Amino acid sequence: MGKARGFPISGGSVSDKEASGVGRRDFLKACTMAAAAVGLSASVGKAWAEAAAKGLKPSVIWLHFQECTGCTESLLRTSHPAVAELILDLISLDYHETLFAAAGHQAEDALKSAMEKGAGKYICVVEGGIPTKDGGIYCQIAGRTALDMLKEVADKAGAIIAIGSCASWGGIQSADPNPTGAKGAPQILEGKTVVTVPGCPPNPYNFLGVALQYATFGTLPALDKLGRPMFGYGRVIHEDCPRRPHFDAGRFVQQFGDEGHRLGYCLYKMGCKGPVTHANCSIQDFGEIPGIWPVGIGHPCVGCTEQAILWQLPIAATVEIEHPTPPALYPPISPEHGGVSPVATGVAGLVGGALIGAGIMASKKLMAEDKATTKEE
Amino acid sequence: MTDHAVPVGGPILTRPFKWLMAIFGLGVLLLIWRFLAGLGATTALNDGYPWGLWIAFDVVTGTALGCGGYAVAILVYILNKGKYHSLVRPAILTSALGYSLAAFAIVFDVGRYWYIYRIPLHFWQWNLNSALLEVALCVMAYVFVLWIEMAPPILEVMQEGSSPFFRRLAQTTLPILNKSMVFIVALALLLPTMHQSSLGTVMMLAGQKLNPLWQTPFLPLLFLVSVVGMGYAVVVFESTLSSFFLKRPYETEMLGSLAKIMAYITIGFLAIRLLDLLYRGAFGLAFTSGWLSFFFWLEIVLFVASAAMALSPAVRANPGRLFQMAMLMLIAGGLYRFDTYLVAFNPGPGWSYFPAVPELFITIGIVALEIMIYIVFIKRFPILGGASPARSRA
Repeated sequence: MGKARGFPISGGSVSDKEASGVGRRDFLKACTMAAAAVGLSASVGKAWAEAAAKGLKPSVIWLHFQECTGCTESLLRTSHPAVAELILDLISLDYHETLFAAAGHQAEDALKSAMEKGAGKYICVVEGGIPTKDGGIYCQIAGRTALDMLKEVADKAGAIIAIGSCASWGGIQSADPNPTGAKGAPQILEGKTVVTVPGCPPNPYNFLGVALQYATFGTLPALDKLGRPMFGYGRVIHEDCPRRPHFDAGRFVQQFGDEGHRLGYCLYKMGCKGPVTHANCSIQDFGEIPGIWPVGIGHPCVGCTEQAILWQLPIAATVEIEHPTPPALYPPISPEHGGVSPVATGVAGLVGGALIGAGIMASKKLMAEDKATTKEE
Repeated sequence: MTDHAVPVGGPILTRPFKWLMAIFGLGVLLLIWRFLAGLGATTALNDGYPWGLWIAFDVVTGTALGCGGYAVAILVYILNKGKYHSLVRPAILTSALGYSLAAFAIVFDVGRYWYIYRIPLHFWQWNLNSALLEVALCVMAYVFVLWIEMAPPILEVMQEGSSPFFRRLAQTTLPILNKSMVFIVALALLLPTMHQSSLGTVMMLAGQKLNPLWQTPFLPLLFLVSVVGMGYAVVVFESTLSSFFLKRPYETEMLGSLAKIMAYITIGFLAIRLLDLLYRGAFGLAFTSGWLSFFFWLEIVLFVASAAMALSPAVRANPGRLFQMAMLMLIAGGLYRFDTYLVAFNPGPGWSYFPAVPELFITIGIVALEIMIYIVFIKRFPILGGASPARSRA
């Protein structure tokens, strides 16, 4: 698997992959795992593999603006079978400032040719916020502002994905007082469909799910009103939280390092934003390593996928909970098993009473008899 | 065995006997239903309470009530108190009946009864760390041993019977049996010691599911000690009732001295029970456990009342009072077993159990069967001692 880099960018069939170092089986496995990771069926994974093998890999143009590259880093570190390499094989990453070997004019030419070749089909990925104040001069590449670049690349794109919280709404740059007037891609590209994959960084599988679905079927997943794919952001963390039973039982961490904290109790009182944060962190392991997410390591959720929370609410502030108790229709924690039949208790009572009564009567008769014999004697 | 034992004689099919047959018949019908429809349909057993009335009464209390033979045998054969010898045969008979029916109860209580034969035979599959295996093997062996002990009276009848085949059979086997009886008796003393304590071990293994008022490492010892006390009470109970119904003289003097022994054993039992609670620091629970506290004190009061009665010379001289004392002891011992197996057993939130009507009637039917077989035996075989003329009823 580690030799995946050697496999051709285009052409060939799935079986050809063996020649290039990645076994067909391993390649299919990785694709179906990626599909399963984002909640799609195994057949989708197979379709990805076939599409990639036929050279139908989507061209991706990746734009970096006001950001820390954390999203790219986390994508590269999807730890399971060298998925980082497979990403590069499943998609044709034609322009990416961090991962590029090229520099200067060479890089700019690559961008130009990719846009011309794949006009109307390529995926434009935006990573980072876009400064708008003073004509957007606070972020420039090759003498052009981020604002210009985004508008130009997005104009001819088949799909636009904003990865990370910065690209989704501006992120930390947009926190008060927002000195550069930073905004997210959806706010700049009004009128266009921008899929947002917020998170700081987002789970790479949520991004992969969107990108690969577009690559394979040419469609986008169902989105909520903030442009977030429903498969990853349809539910709040609290609903599927591994610490949820502690919440329902009223067992809370009161202070970091206390007994409850060590026992893994609910972090709500420490300011956990899980009850209002839409994300799949509690069911989709980050980078496929179980437990490595804030709540998993004993820190309250900071709400990194929510514009209204991240950089707006203090970490220690608690949030309102809409449904503090589970609905009455849910099965109880300890359902009733077995019951007491009134007929059976009646019968048991009668039998027991009859036996004791018979015993008392017998002993009375015995005593009477004894008295009579003593008298006779 | 005593040479003085004689069959009581008289008709078998009396009116009470016919009533017992009717009760047993109902039990048989329900048993057929149990085998056709299964345990789930006929019982209130569930995954939390897989052991219900049939284990707590038929097996655990039933074998304890069947320990008359064991308790009397300790007196006669170990402490060499020959004067109690006339009590041995009836006691062994009740033991044989109690144990046989407990073994029978197991057959309809377990889910896969068709594999029961494997317990004694498939020795290569034995789990030698299992308390239940110990109970199963011991009870099976003891039933067998008890019927060997019961063989002489049956063979004695055969010897004088009309069939030449049975006469020859009895003539050849009786001397062998009488010679080997010492080993049989030794076995008959060993086996109940083992499995009656193991019946306590079984619930000790239930761990925290059993309330700390009952859960103790002394559970096996407590079960063993209480079973000896119950054994003497059963002998008093059944001897008095037989004398009453069959119009035979009361064995008050002998039963009185049995009662005295029973009282000392009960005091020993109570001492272990209470000292253990104090030592484990669990005694406070006797006041704070709600219903369980009630059952705990009910047990203690019954044991104390029975022991106190047995210590009074006036009670020991009066068959009626002796009978009351024996009843109190049997209820106390039975309650201790019910508490340990069902009342103080809590398998987890949400589980509850109370025997279903069919369960109750099957158990009642089994008890009726036991009484019927007992009546047949004492009327047809030399079980009860003394050929005294029928006592005149006042």
